[in-house]
Amino acid sequence: MEVLKIATAGSVDDGKSTLIGRLLYDTKSLTEDKLEAIERTSKQKGYDYLDFSLATDGLVAEREQGITIDVAHIYFSTQSKSYIIADTPGHVEYTRNMVTGASTSQAAIILIDARKGVIEQTNRHFFINNLLRVKDVIVAINKMDLVDFSEDVFNDIKADFEELMGKRDYQEQKITFIPVSALKGDNVVNHSKNTPWYSGQTLLEHLEELDLQDIYNTGTPRFPVQYVIRPKTEEFHDFRGFAGKVYGGELSVGDEVVVLPSMTRSKIKAIYFYDKEYQTAPRRSSVTITLEDEVNVSRGDMLVKTDDLPTIDKQLTATVSWMDADQLTTGGKYIVQHGVNKVLAKVDAIEHKIHPDYSGIEENATTLQMNDIAKVRFKLNKPIFYDKFKDHRTNGSFIIIDSRTNTTAGVGFIS
Amino acid sequence: MRSAYLNYKLILPREQSRNHKHKTLSTITEELQKPETQNLTNRPKANALEHEAIYIIREVAAQFEKPVLLFSGGKDSITLVRLAQKAFWPAKIPFPLMHIDTGHNFPETIEFRDKLVEELGVELIVRNVQDSIDQGKVVEETGKYASRNMLQTTTLLDAIEEFKFDACIGGARRDEEKARAKERIFSVRDDFGQWDEKNQRPELFDMLNGEIEMGQNVRVFPISNWTELDVWSYIQKENIEIPSIYFAHKRNTFLRDGLIWSAEDDVVFRADDEQVEERVVRFRTVGDMSCTAAVESHADTIDKVVAEIRSSKISERGARIDDKRSEAAMEKRKQQGYF
Repeated sequence: MEVLKIATAGSVDDGKSTLIGRLLYDTKSLTEDKLEAIERTSKQKGYDYLDFSLATDGLVAEREQGITIDVAHIYFSTQSKSYIIADTPGHVEYTRNMVTGASTSQAAIILIDARKGVIEQTNRHFFINNLLRVKDVIVAINKMDLVDFSEDVFNDIKADFEELMGKRDYQEQKITFIPVSALKGDNVVNHSKNTPWYSGQTLLEHLEELDLQDIYNTGTPRFPVQYVIRPKTEEFHDFRGFAGKVYGGELSVGDEVVVLPSMTRSKIKAIYFYDKEYQTAPRRSSVTITLEDEVNVSRGDMLVKTDDLPTIDKQLTATVSWMDADQLTTGGKYIVQHGVNKVLAKVDAIEHKIHPDYSGIEENATTLQMNDIAKVRFKLNKPIFYDKFKDHRTNGSFIIIDSRTNTTAGVGFIS
Repeated sequence: MRSAYLNYKLILPREQSRNHKHKTLSTITEELQKPETQNLTNRPKANALEHEAIYIIREVAAQFEKPVLLFSGGKDSITLVRLAQKAFWPAKIPFPLMHIDTGHNFPETIEFRDKLVEELGVELIVRNVQDSIDQGKVVEETGKYASRNMLQTTTLLDAIEEFKFDACIGGARRDEEKARAKERIFSVRDDFGQWDEKNQRPELFDMLNGEIEMGQNVRVFPISNWTELDVWSYIQKENIEIPSIYFAHKRNTFLRDGLIWSAEDDVVFRADDEQVEERVVRFRTVGDMSCTAAVESHADTIDKVVAEIRSSKISERGARIDDKRSEAAMEKRKQQGYF
């Protein structure tokens, strides 16, 4: 079955967990034992409604404080699709969690509290989803029950949001507005009788109709080699297969390819998936490729089509989202992991910080704190083979690893 | 910004190398290309979860020096083994399997394990909870709910230290339990095997950061994003053999706390007033016998099992008494180094 990953974004108390709980409840995805646990705990707490956030807040600290701390993954399926929702919390590590959730998602739900309308946080949610080029964004205007399901309120919020849309960089992003009440269930799975003025789809209907063939960002085929398979058995004595995942486009037997960085040319001889051969390796398939010629290929190398080379360079500029408590400083040294390839990197300069509320930029920054977003120039000790993020979501992104702590300290989107 | 690196010459390997090689391989290739088995216009099936898992398993083999696959004999670890086979074919799986044996296994599981390992031709390491008990490192629980499930952690951590494993591949899934829902695919454990849930590395796109210090290790969960139904559907589609206890069979059982327990072995404590009765049951998970309850079922084939799971109203771990100890049972166990 097809899998759709969705990121959620909303401020504290916008009702994100409730919305997810509602989706689970109305699609009958909550099992009896889980439902009983929710009913029991809601009653203990004296609520007069079911507190669905209990279905998603998994850590003790979260339940104690009634907040969501870490990205949680929630699973449910319908007849046509499997869904994975990344529930991203809105606290101190907010941007970091949202960027993380959005990086693996093809769609996003931005929640707005109908009573509050578009607030500073909303700008940020939209900015990040646009920066990460999430193809399909649903703006769920929630708590409609608390504004008497007013069409005017809905339209005002929509108009405010549309003002933001003019500023976005990724103009092709599809944006849909839906009036909902997660708590009461209006327009989440079932159509609401309370919004006769709304003729659009419910949230689930919208998700069900998304075409997964269409929703992945496409580009040109890139094949980063993860692992070289050499069985060294009698039967497969000379077998040298290059294992990896195909990104961006597809590769077929007979395709002329170049191995980077050696620039050696060859042709694809065979494509294996497990013990069978195939003519074509589609996008996002984990295959093993053999080449016509005996060429030297190792992990971190990349196969690309001869007529379609990426940029091969020792320096790059990227929009960086900083995620670590330790700050990034000009001159600082890090490990850059670009796909499966690791190189050493030095921060050449921070060109400017970007205000993630579309309010402009700040020049002359020399450090980045957690949640900062900035344009940063790097020098690398070895060339990498990259595309611009806007052309290639996978080959245009990298993570920044702090070599002292080994933690993933940031992510970059190559410009 | 384009640099001189673009001026590399395109080097064409000498023509001759093209001709006289891959002799063995070409025979095999011909065989694979027989029309009845192959349709070369085909492309591998688009199963995003499978391709993701294979990618993760390959990252483990490439990024770590001493990985191991934790094998319990349950359906999730059997699925992992199949995925690892796929990841490295035609080479063998390049790491050993390790079973932390509670001594409370269903005998069917052990038979199955040994057969599978022989077929794969990989090394199997077994470390016993009984040894940890004999060495006085852990104390056997007593009473009605006694289980060796918790004790496994000590045996596991000792084995990791003994073999200096730096990555342990496990079959845990995020849909199983809500603390697991928050765990990363590469989950770093400190020198004490502990999970610091508040300080996890962000995981972006497909990029997995396996950088660790000496003494640390990473727990890797390639089927993180699979649901119970995904696993069963995969077993069905791939025609993977699994231990017989997963299918409906007659068993002497007794009821406690609304759950059905096996009465056929001494492992599960049974009070005198707990009546033994024959029921037709199957197991949905295969953990330590002492904490794994059966469900009444007539699903005796994989197709029936998949149909049953599809319509089930009880979650998989609903039959695992180890999770019922408290709201936070799993989180606590994980902090201590559990799988």
